[in-house]
Amino acid sequence: MSFEELKDFIVAQFGQEAIVSEKPDNLQPYLVLQTERLAEVCLELHDNERTYFDFLACVTGIDNGPEAGTMEVAYNLYSIPYDHSLMLKVIVPRNAEGEPIPVVPTVSHIWRTADWHEREIFDLVGILFKDHPDMRRILCSADWEGHPLRKDYKLQDYYHGIKVPYDNHNENSGFRGEPVQLTGIPTPFSDKREKPS
Amino acid sequence: MNITQDKTGEGGVIITKLDDLLNWARLTSLFPMGFGLACCAIEMMGAYASGYDLDRFGIIPRASPRQSDVMIVAGTVTFKMADRVRRLYEQMPEPRYVISMGSCSNCGGPYWEHGYHVVKGVDRVIPVDVYVPGCPPRPEALIGGFLRLQEIIRKETIRAPRAVQQIMAKRAQQQEQPIADADTSVEEPTSHT
Repeated sequence: MSFEELKDFIVAQFGQEAIVSEKPDNLQPYLVLQTERLAEVCLELHDNERTYFDFLACVTGIDNGPEAGTMEVAYNLYSIPYDHSLMLKVIVPRNAEGEPIPVVPTVSHIWRTADWHEREIFDLVGILFKDHPDMRRILCSADWEGHPLRKDYKLQDYYHGIKVPYDNHNENSGFRGEPVQLTGIPTPFSDKREKPS
Repeated sequence: MNITQDKTGEGGVIITKLDDLLNWARLTSLFPMGFGLACCAIEMMGAYASGYDLDRFGIIPRASPRQSDVMIVAGTVTFKMADRVRRLYEQMPEPRYVISMGSCSNCGGPYWEHGYHVVKGVDRVIPVDVYVPGCPPRPEALIGGFLRLQEIIRKETIRAPRAVQQIMAKRAQQQEQPIADADTSVEEPTSHT
């Protein structure tokens, strides 16, 4: 099925309001779906014999930054028997500091591959997937602060007593030679170098 | 038949310093912990294998930190791994040594600025004896690191055990009795503006 046919299919099944917007002239044309109806549309696209999207190729979380104030999740669907593909998106408002992170319904019950993809998006971008069976961080350690791929991400200063940023590296860490009283000779090299200001 | 006598024509007695004997024993049987983190570990495995054959230096990887003398930190140390690295180091018996292999474990390597997940040098977690530069270092470089470590061990003496001395030096520093120490010449880091 072509992109237009797939769009008509979704409109016929779920009505015009299920599709918020579309971009057919894109290199990968996509439909932006209503966030709360994402799971039921995906289930139909997966189960229906005419579409049969049996393969979720990728799930991508995108942070558009504080100025845009939105975050996106993109789903690349592919049907192996029909050899057609479709890109779906949901766009959610970005949370300001102190607010709860945005919520998108999970599709992990439809495609098991979405399980870890959604955990990765939760870990790195900070989008919560509602009804996900195991919404934990997957890459960063469990007590990591913040979501590193957000545009306004700031490194924490210390993690378990280890300094995180590189600044003043040569002063704070690195080999400074054996203490003099151990070797008997002053070290010929020191770690201190001229640093550009 | 006395083999020693036949070989040297002298009596079967060898006189040596206990220090030299102990150091010789230690530096010719450096057992590293079988442990690798990233692509540097591939070069490390290449160094173990028959092409470079670290066995001829008495360097035989051990499966447990409790049987190991040296830890080769071969690869990128992430913050998630840092706790484990520290724990493995603490499980090793004294005397223990650390070789930091490759740019990542030396100083963070290519992740130094934007790598939120990488420890900027394993020396922020555990003390390092030898740094092997490279990305990744070739097996020759790792062998060079081991030879450097052997030189460090050769200088050791049981009358002044390094680990104890370092603890004493640290304690003296804490009690604000400055010793002639390379560390004291480093002034407090000013904040980066």
